[in-house]
Amino acid sequence: MNYSIFPDQWKTFLNEAGAISRFTGRFFKIGFKPPYEFRELLKQCFYIGYKSLGLVGITAFIMGLVITIQSRPTLVEFGAEAWLPKMVSVSLVREIAPVITALICAGKIGSSIGAELGSMKVTEQIDAMEVSGTNPFKYLVVTRVMAATLMVPVLAVFADAVSLYGGFLGANIRGVVSWDLYWNQVFQTLVYSDILPSVFKTYFFGFAIGIIGCYKGYNSQKGTEGVGQSANSAVVISSLLVFIIDLIAVQVIDLLNFT
Amino acid sequence: MVSEADHKANDETETKNIPVIEIRNLNKSFGDNHVLRNFNADLYKGENLVVVGKSGSGKSVLIKCIIGLMKPDSGTIHMYGKNIPDLDETELDTIREKTGFLFQSNALYDSMTVRENLEFSLRRHQLKAETEKVNELVMEALTNVGLAETVDMMPAELSGGMKKRIALARTLILKPHIILYDEPTTGLDPITGKEISSLMLEVQKKYKTSSIIISHDMNCIKITSNRVVLLIDGRCYAEGTYEKLKKSNDVKVNLFFE
Repeated sequence: MNYSIFPDQWKTFLNEAGAISRFTGRFFKIGFKPPYEFRELLKQCFYIGYKSLGLVGITAFIMGLVITIQSRPTLVEFGAEAWLPKMVSVSLVREIAPVITALICAGKIGSSIGAELGSMKVTEQIDAMEVSGTNPFKYLVVTRVMAATLMVPVLAVFADAVSLYGGFLGANIRGVVSWDLYWNQVFQTLVYSDILPSVFKTYFFGFAIGIIGCYKGYNSQKGTEGVGQSANSAVVISSLLVFIIDLIAVQVIDLLNFT
Repeated sequence: MVSEADHKANDETETKNIPVIEIRNLNKSFGDNHVLRNFNADLYKGENLVVVGKSGSGKSVLIKCIIGLMKPDSGTIHMYGKNIPDLDETELDTIREKTGFLFQSNALYDSMTVRENLEFSLRRHQLKAETEKVNELVMEALTNVGLAETVDMMPAELSGGMKKRIALARTLILKPHIILYDEPTTGLDPITGKEISSLMLEVQKKYKTSSIIISHDMNCIKITSNRVVLLIDGRCYAEGTYEKLKKSNDVKVNLFFE
């Protein structure tokens, strides 16, 4: 095994991590100073939030349905079939719906931001914006990162609701659970400490997706090939960050006795 | 349309010896690649100065330093009485409001219509709420480049020549005193290239602009230039009118002007 390759890989990793940190620092430095780009922020909220509803909804519905169908045989084995709504609701709301939503958003939003800003960079549109007296970082990056940070939690709450509905249908495929009984059990089981931390962590998911997509696109190089690479690496890095943030969030929630 | 003959005849009266841009000892390098080496040049009021040079000789870097998109390693660029490398973003914005920049790739915003492309910089600098005035200026700029009918089209629906004209309209909408053109006819067929060159000349006459034009296109240089600077190895190698350089006996100059 050739160990000499490791130092260069580490160097690249550390350089990239440093550059992303500086980019994030720049976001906090200028992101909250006027003038604010409200119009562009609303436009991005529409693109990131509203236009992702369909995809997130379908995925969440299928996840709810599948998790319920898959969990049923095990619970039946232990004679705990009546616990199905409780178990499904906790696993969907606490973990599955937020993470699946974040991964869908990493794929859809991360790649679209990376490709859009990347193509703007290589076709000199970002330079043109700067020449026209607009701060491109504020207009393009701050608005997209804020929109992703605000919209991913909304999408996650939407995914919670749709996946629970999918769970209801899943519970009725092999058995019979009335609408009232299902939702009574769901709401008796779920408490604020299930919902709030899971929603709270989605703000971090959204921020990570937005900042990585923007960083990759904004620093795109090597023409059209670079645009593809930006979109691709935006998805890979932001998906990985979603899991890392999730792992940290679980530890923090556990430490704070939220569970 | 101003004819080439009229343009040349008016050279002396139009070009006054008041420098609007003074570049002194400009240096810029990327690693070991020294792109600009003690480059010196002046742009005089009302003139079109064409910068010619091989690909990669630093022509685009030069105008990007002038507009503040790149910082030179050393040297000064005085424009409107200020040294560009010393300015902060706010001061640069004030300079940019009076300076147009036509990008080689046109750099039209893909996600915006032609109208929105033209309104973008206008709304940033002036007339924040006066919609009627903005519309009037947009239509005036488009009419000047002969493309009023494209106002609601997307850039993807336009031909290369049309995109170049729209980019020029976007540059003109703020009525700049100085325009920087980065290879304005590259990628265009000879006829469209000639039309764009004539349009640039018309702009110079109509708006009394001073321009730096980066070009390899001999037709464009012949039509638009009052003065030509030949950039070799990051330095100003030769300078003069198109006719003077074309008649030069210098081998390196001849390579460009033959």
